[in-house]
Amino acid sequence: MKENVWLRYQRQMLLDGWGEEGQRKLANAHVAVVGAGGLGCPIDIYLVAAGVGKLTVIDADVVEETNLNRQVLHWSNDIGKPKVQSAVEKLRQFNPQVEITPVHGHLTDETVDDWLKDADIIVDALDNFPTRQVLNRYAVKTRKPLVHGAIYGWEGRATTILPYETACLACLFEEGPPPSVFPVVGTTPGMIAMIQATEVLKLLLGIGEPLFNRYLIYDGLTMTFKTVKLRRRPDCPVCGSSS
Amino acid sequence: MAVKVRIPAPLQSLTGGAAEVEVQGRTVREVIDALERNYAGIKARLCDENGELRRFVNVFVNDQDIRFLQGLDTELGENDEVSIIPAIAGGN
Repeated sequence: MKENVWLRYQRQMLLDGWGEEGQRKLANAHVAVVGAGGLGCPIDIYLVAAGVGKLTVIDADVVEETNLNRQVLHWSNDIGKPKVQSAVEKLRQFNPQVEITPVHGHLTDETVDDWLKDADIIVDALDNFPTRQVLNRYAVKTRKPLVHGAIYGWEGRATTILPYETACLACLFEEGPPPSVFPVVGTTPGMIAMIQATEVLKLLLGIGEPLFNRYLIYDGLTMTFKTVKLRRRPDCPVCGSSS
Repeated sequence: MAVKVRIPAPLQSLTGGAAEVEVQGRTVREVIDALERNYAGIKARLCDENGELRRFVNVFVNDQDIRFLQGLDTELGENDEVSIIPAIAGGN
């Protein structure tokens, strides 16, 4: 029976380090993706395709027409629906084996524990820095891995944070940029989303080399990928020795 | 000394769209001043009124964060590459 249930995963189970054991690790995992927009939609799609056991999708917004150039789980007739509803409707059809929980609301210091306490891995698919800081503080406090992505125009960034082992988001940036409406072409969050989803799968399987202490910078215009080295800051207010 | 500088997407409107430019400078501070001479307005985006880097802007020499080197006084050698990496917040 199990063979039939897992037939859809056959090709990935052929990979070294995957197999039935790896697929079982995925099936037993709970991933929370915070943000159901340009980054979140493709991340959700590929994690659901790969067969993670449980997925929590968190977002406070409703679908608007200006989202449709990049937020690929939201289609023309979804305008006005909560993004989590629009996303979950399709994701459940895509792979009914995944238990998907939509959460429609703003992630804050007050809500974060309720929504993320059961997650094994947290994915940052947010669109603003203050909420990222909430997420980073929570991930560090609870020692949950945090897979970060961010974009602007043709440029994207990604890193994977293992609290107290690697630099956290506050080690990297002491504060966020001034708020602004950023330009974006859908392929940029698409590219970064694929990197984030790949990082999640590697973490769950325990294989490969995640982006620990490495900050990946993607430039779609010149089609270059660059990585710089990150370090924990001893004076980091979130994970430093005095925090 | 001529140094290659990587310009991040949010600042490329100041460099005529260029993602990489070349300027003269022996330290990161001199590179930023040279950038300002060539691309007026860029320094204010990078530095505060005291001339220190804004807290959401990081600068790397090759793959090293200058906060772990000598900050803006980090000296540059032949073939060093300076990358300006401000925080970006987009994702939705």
